[in-house]
Amino acid sequence: MTEPKDFTAGIGSDIKKSQKRVLFVTRRTSAQVKVADEEQVQTYPEGLLRVVLAIELLAIALVLISLFFNAPLEGMADPTTTPNPAKAPWYFLGLQEMLHYFPPVVAGVLIPTVLVVALVVIPYFNVNVEADGVFVKNRKRRLTIFYIGAGALSVFLWFFQVYVALGPTLIIAGLMFVAAFSSARSPHAFRRYLESRAVSWWIMSWFLFELIVLTVVGTFFRGPGWSWVWPWRG
Amino acid sequence: MPRKTDSYVEKLQRTRVWRSMFRSGTGSSTLHRALAIQQNVFLHLLSTKVRRRMLTFRATWYLGALTLGTFFILVVTGILLMLYYHPSVPQAYADVKDLKFVVSSGMFLRNLHRWSAHTMVFLVFAHMFRVFYRGAYRPPREFNWVVGVVLLLITLLLSYTGYLLPWDQLAFWAITVGSNISSAVPVFGDEVRFLMLGGHQVNANALLRFYVLHCVVLPLAAVLFVAVHMWRIRKDGGLYVRQSEPGREAVPETAAEEAVLEKV
Repeated sequence: MTEPKDFTAGIGSDIKKSQKRVLFVTRRTSAQVKVADEEQVQTYPEGLLRVVLAIELLAIALVLISLFFNAPLEGMADPTTTPNPAKAPWYFLGLQEMLHYFPPVVAGVLIPTVLVVALVVIPYFNVNVEADGVFVKNRKRRLTIFYIGAGALSVFLWFFQVYVALGPTLIIAGLMFVAAFSSARSPHAFRRYLESRAVSWWIMSWFLFELIVLTVVGTFFRGPGWSWVWPWRG
Repeated sequence: MPRKTDSYVEKLQRTRVWRSMFRSGTGSSTLHRALAIQQNVFLHLLSTKVRRRMLTFRATWYLGALTLGTFFILVVTGILLMLYYHPSVPQAYADVKDLKFVVSSGMFLRNLHRWSAHTMVFLVFAHMFRVFYRGAYRPPREFNWVVGVVLLLITLLLSYTGYLLPWDQLAFWAITVGSNISSAVPVFGDEVRFLMLGGHQVNANALLRFYVLHCVVLPLAAVLFVAVHMWRIRKDGGLYVRQSEPGREAVPETAAEEAVLEKV
């Protein structure tokens, strides 16, 4: 005697739209389609056409920019004349700003390494995959971690006089504090929004905020000897 | 007139030579259109169908596609620039001067290359943050996120190595600042710097090394990883849609369902 089957095979009710779907329902449960099949279009030509169009629009924009703005070219490289300040390309100016406060092994090696590792491991930690608001689960424990973490970071930045990075840190910490004491039923849409943000959202937003502030400061607000200058004065 | 052109195209597509190259055949049926993707070595990285919702501008802002677009522009303008450039000191600087004053459209070529490069770095960052905020890095797409981080680093290195090539003061000192940092690496610092520059300071050897990295090694690496990156989109169930938001236990089901769909 053969074992009774523990599954039934059937055809999805959306057979007309998606001919490929075969259902195997294990155990004695009834099939339930939770997610209806989405409307799909052919990649060729619909999808590709739009991609090509988008790229062409960008190309036109870049051509126009290139017609009106010239790439910079200074005097020939001269190892004996150091310009003041000597700046790295703009996307490294955040790191160069850090170099102003910390020894090179911290700003030039430790921080970039930590950043790359942090980016790589994001999807492998469940804390980054969850979508609940940061203080919804384990509220007490997480509040303690938040107070200690944000406090320690702020004191650290204040101690080394990294006010440029301290500002964004305090703003994000302040918003997290508002989130901690907002409820999902708050009458303010903004507070409801903050309350529902996950922990990974907060960390990434802090990183993005710092990245923008440090890059802008490094590009526009730093002059000779890496001193603070106002770009609109001279 | 357009009719006439159409008929020529159709005639061409019926020729034996054309058919030997493009086996999907002509026609606008779903099958033909699917075959057009499937039977092309480059396009088969993509899936034959895409969710309509994901084609709206709102869904992706087309940041990944636009990044690829800047890369195409950079390859074309880069090859043209290579025709006028010698990676040697002081010839490199003279060549860039010639591009500005002697070569027809040389200045435009260099402008387009440089502004596209800055745009590409910006777009890669924008693409990364966009993917993060949509949650598209979540399983089963975690490995493609890692490939994306590798592509971010390749892009930064491409831009950084290209920065030295004009051999002007801006280039020289930007690279000097950057390479000084590498000597801060514990234990091997000076060796890393020596390997990078081919000497103890930024000189002709460094220019040659950066040129080779910029024109050969890094672009090849970029092409390779871009191919994996795009192929993984298909393998991981297409462009991410929000229906598989976690916390609603839809993730494993959707992933398994997508895996089944992929195999059939």
